[in-house]
Amino acid sequence: MKGGDKLPVLAFPTPRKTGPRPRAADPRRLARAAEALRAATAAAPEAQAAPARPAVEAEETFTPVGIPRWRAGPDAPRDPARQGRMADLAGAEGRDGATERPRRRILSLHLPRFAIERWQTAAARAGEPWPEDAPLALALEGPHGPVIHAVNAAAAMQGLAPGARVVDMRALCPELRTRFADPRGDAAARRRLMLWARRWCPWTATDGTDGLIMDITGSDHLWGGEAAMRDEIETRLATLGLTGRAAIAPTRGAAWALARFAPAHPACDDPLAACGPLPVAALRLEPDTVLALDRLGLSTIGALAEVPRLSLARRFRAGPPETDPLLRLDQLSGRTPEPVDSPDDPPRFAVQARLPEPVIDPVPHIPALAEELCAGLSAAGFGARRVVLTLYRTDGEVAQAQAATSQPSRDPAHLVRLFGGRLDRLDPGFGFDLVTLAALVAEALPTRQRRLDGAAEAEGDLARLIDRLAARFGAHALTRPWPAPSHIPERQTLWRPALHVPSRPYPARPDRPLRLFEPPEEIRVLYAVPEGPPAQFVWRRQRLRVARFAGPERIAPEWWRDRPGTRLRDYYRIEDHTGRRFWLYREGLLHDGRGAEPRWFLHGAFA
Amino acid sequence: MASSPAPEPASALPRRRPELRQPTLSEIFPETAMDAAAPAFALAHLDPGDGPVLWVQDRLSARESGRPFPPGLGRCELLHLQVSRPIDVLWAMEQGLGCAGLGAVIGEVWGSAPALDFTATKRLALRSEAHGVPAWLIRRAAPPELSAARERWRLSSLPARAEPDDARAPGAPLWSAELFRARWRAPGRWVAGHDPESGELALGHAVGMDEAEALRVTA
Repeated sequence: MKGGDKLPVLAFPTPRKTGPRPRAADPRRLARAAEALRAATAAAPEAQAAPARPAVEAEETFTPVGIPRWRAGPDAPRDPARQGRMADLAGAEGRDGATERPRRRILSLHLPRFAIERWQTAAARAGEPWPEDAPLALALEGPHGPVIHAVNAAAAMQGLAPGARVVDMRALCPELRTRFADPRGDAAARRRLMLWARRWCPWTATDGTDGLIMDITGSDHLWGGEAAMRDEIETRLATLGLTGRAAIAPTRGAAWALARFAPAHPACDDPLAACGPLPVAALRLEPDTVLALDRLGLSTIGALAEVPRLSLARRFRAGPPETDPLLRLDQLSGRTPEPVDSPDDPPRFAVQARLPEPVIDPVPHIPALAEELCAGLSAAGFGARRVVLTLYRTDGEVAQAQAATSQPSRDPAHLVRLFGGRLDRLDPGFGFDLVTLAALVAEALPTRQRRLDGAAEAEGDLARLIDRLAARFGAHALTRPWPAPSHIPERQTLWRPALHVPSRPYPARPDRPLRLFEPPEEIRVLYAVPEGPPAQFVWRRQRLRVARFAGPERIAPEWWRDRPGTRLRDYYRIEDHTGRRFWLYREGLLHDGRGAEPRWFLHGAFA
Repeated sequence: MASSPAPEPASALPRRRPELRQPTLSEIFPETAMDAAAPAFALAHLDPGDGPVLWVQDRLSARESGRPFPPGLGRCELLHLQVSRPIDVLWAMEQGLGCAGLGAVIGEVWGSAPALDFTATKRLALRSEAHGVPAWLIRRAAPPELSAARERWRLSSLPARAEPDDARAPGAPLWSAELFRARWRAPGRWVAGHDPESGELALGHAVGMDEAEALRVTA
């Protein structure tokens, strides 16, 4: 696992399932912004002495599809032997000349039979493979009875197609068998496949219900070119039992059209020329619009492109993108940018190890990965706050383990220790052949002078201890008290994860107990007067006599937080006949109009 | 300008006497499980200037005897860890004892745990002495089985000192501390409490303790 078989990877899912990111939803506004930017950058190049970098910066300002500035491994420019392998965006920039924006290469993956193939794989795995020649349909409940959702090859041979009703198709094919379809399970499986596809390139996203979309700009050379990469993807999917068809084009619209409608794998550099002979349905339009275009005699994309723009704009008013052929045409030709919107950004620091054959145990690979990641972090002056280890399994799934640190760290041994004992819970399935380690969150960590006497630094020691304990027992098990503005004792202390908060000094109160019971435990009391302290009480089936007491100390309810009708508390410090000291309170007064008899609770124990 | 050494904040806090600061593993067996005397006794041995205290509780200890309440702990800086099994308490204590930045490690284990045997306590004791971090193990509802702890205490509460301003109120706490096994000093029995003047832990002679104990039991 030295050198050559270790490759940079940039792709990772983030741990938190936050809501959808705000995205540039309106393609027209995006187009206007792109036009303005293009005008600005076209005017500028003579003035700019160093043209390459500003172009990238400008590109990153309007599309989320950016390339990280650093990848793990030795510095590419200094090491000419690895330049081809480790080159970053510079390779992509060079393709179109130094001054021009890098051209995107988008790969669209069409999975036409995903639902039925997933069902067949599951059946085969359960030991009941479906015979090849028996027609099978997966059905969904429709408004007028079951509707076919997917069919297998034998049924398709007999002319069955999705969308038809099952009873009608039974007339056509009496031996048809049906099973329930599972669209939500399919969507989840597609999402997992999308994560797994990040083994090839960092930017992947699901595309509708029958495909994936990937931005492979700058990634294809890692796989030996675009054609080799496409073959690799299709072969890998075939081993998973999936039929996949991939097409690569400069725009997302063209890649989508070619993957679904092109007869062969064409090399596509000019989207309009490549897609000219394809039908207008390849423009991702809805059926009504396709029908309208057909009636106008515009049956191919080439024919549509020859119509003046003004006429198209006048005929098809601004509506949703699915009904606007002009917008779709612009997206296909690249006039309107349409970036691949990956659900989460790839991390800036990531390393990977590709294994020659699947293995079960990830532990031996982690130290080398951690060292390489830390070398990259220290080269950039950063430290990791959250690291994730991802195993890409051979059966199309990913397994992940995460660890966080309380201070940025780039100590390989420490990062390895954070994963100790936690990898047993990772399910490697039938083995994994790619393992990646990424710093999801990294913070600046300047190099510090060590002490001359070589003594351990207490602060860093403590931070590493907190990391280890939090990694093992969970961030919420290791807490620090945090003072909160409240008079009610149980609200006075917030227990915050020590991973995230620094320590804060606590004002000491001698009249407060050492231990607090949560929740307070109810006791039965005997008292001489209702307003006074108890003379005797029963707690946990023990009868305790009160020898001495101090109090009461009244703590009123917080009317701005508590429900109306919450009763006040009168606290007593008492000492029982054996010398133990407790903190009791009476909830309410006898005739305060907020309930019946006041109840008594034991809330804490003194030293 | 003459450079004067900046005063260290740690030295402003009162230091414990050296014989009370010998870092090692000590065990406390409280007489009753609900008593808060044991953590108070352990804290009385510690110095708040040494650093934060890692306090590890297993689930039953937290449920039966409560959580530490920071306003009542004095100036001690707390790092609280709640785990579910006694063996996790041992693992966390061992990790904490390797960290010289900690002032002390306090662990609480409920009941007699098979994991807490002679070997486990010996590991804790050696690690504590090697790194100079005192370790306190509070064992509730457990018989004093074989253990390598250098000091083993049996602890119970005594009626408190009189409060000067209020005759009916309990004052500063007192405990009956019995050292029934010790490596470096003779076992004995003392009345322990904070010294009223200096605030440090003071072990007084247990004169008349047996009579008082007899009275307390019959009361």
